[in-house]
Amino acid sequence: MSAPLPNFSLDGVKHGARLAVPAFPGFIMFALAFGAAAAQKGLSLGETLGLSAFVYAGASQMVGLEIWQKVWTPSTILTIITVTAIVNVRMILLGATLQPWLRDEPKPRSALNLFLLTEAGWIISTRYHSEGGRDVGILFGSAAILYVVWLGATLAGYFAGAFVPDPRRFGLDLVMPVFFSIMLVPLWKGARPALPWLVAGLVSLVVHALAPGYLFIAAGALAGVVAGMLIE
Amino acid sequence: MTPFESFVAGPWGATVAIAGMALVTYLCRIAGVVVMSRIRITPRIERGLRALPGSIIMATILPVIIDAGIPAMVAIPAAVFVMAVTRTDLASLAAGLGAISLLRAFGV
Repeated sequence: MSAPLPNFSLDGVKHGARLAVPAFPGFIMFALAFGAAAAQKGLSLGETLGLSAFVYAGASQMVGLEIWQKVWTPSTILTIITVTAIVNVRMILLGATLQPWLRDEPKPRSALNLFLLTEAGWIISTRYHSEGGRDVGILFGSAAILYVVWLGATLAGYFAGAFVPDPRRFGLDLVMPVFFSIMLVPLWKGARPALPWLVAGLVSLVVHALAPGYLFIAAGALAGVVAGMLIE
Repeated sequence: MTPFESFVAGPWGATVAIAGMALVTYLCRIAGVVVMSRIRITPRIERGLRALPGSIIMATILPVIIDAGIPAMVAIPAAVFVMAVTRTDLASLAAGLGAISLLRAFGV
């Protein structure tokens, strides 16, 4: 049996949206945490929603908050853009795996689908694709509903964060590091693949002690990548 | 101050930052599809990219944890432990934040 030709159907969109439901809790949690941390950091509602709506990449938004400034300079702008790029460079891999599926798609539709691309949506869609499905509606439907969930939960988190009287008392100033460390658990594939993480952590500590600003994030992450490339 | 310096120092600074972040993120999202036919992702590059998410997390949190002191150093391993056992991010986040508030309440 040959695989069906790539196509795009409304049924696929609906089916994709249903397939995305198991990803809701993770999205809601992360967006609530981001919204609360943004309010806590003093971002306006517009800035918070702007980050969620246009950047739409949770890890880089969280790291971005760590570098967020009240008054910007060209160098802090460049820093936040560089760090965002470093955090999100992994998306290149996601896109690369989708390329054969999207080869004959109209470019504007692919441009939209790729804007909405997330790890969760990618996992849902690649599973569908590997089972022989070719309906790009699945990709769009799962991605679009996750986007809406993300924005809604960001909004809810922002107000929850803004109305907590003394955020420090509840540890909310540390939501970002707590959440990030939790995310290490599902990434854990044994001690050996985690060796680059150790390198990244050590390099970031050293750079943090020696250099001002947030260079330690980029330096540590790059050291981890190099370690990953060198370790067979 | 150059015009760009005074521009980003003003009310438009945050917008410029968000626009810049959005632009590089979108470039990352489309780059794989666009350059796939030109650049080969070798096993070596793939290994490096696979190490990236965990490396970013470690590089971001370790200095922050150390700066935040003992409550963070106790609560974060506790949250990771709860996650490893329960696999529920909500419970683990609650455990971590709970531990921090408790330790701070006792003046640690």
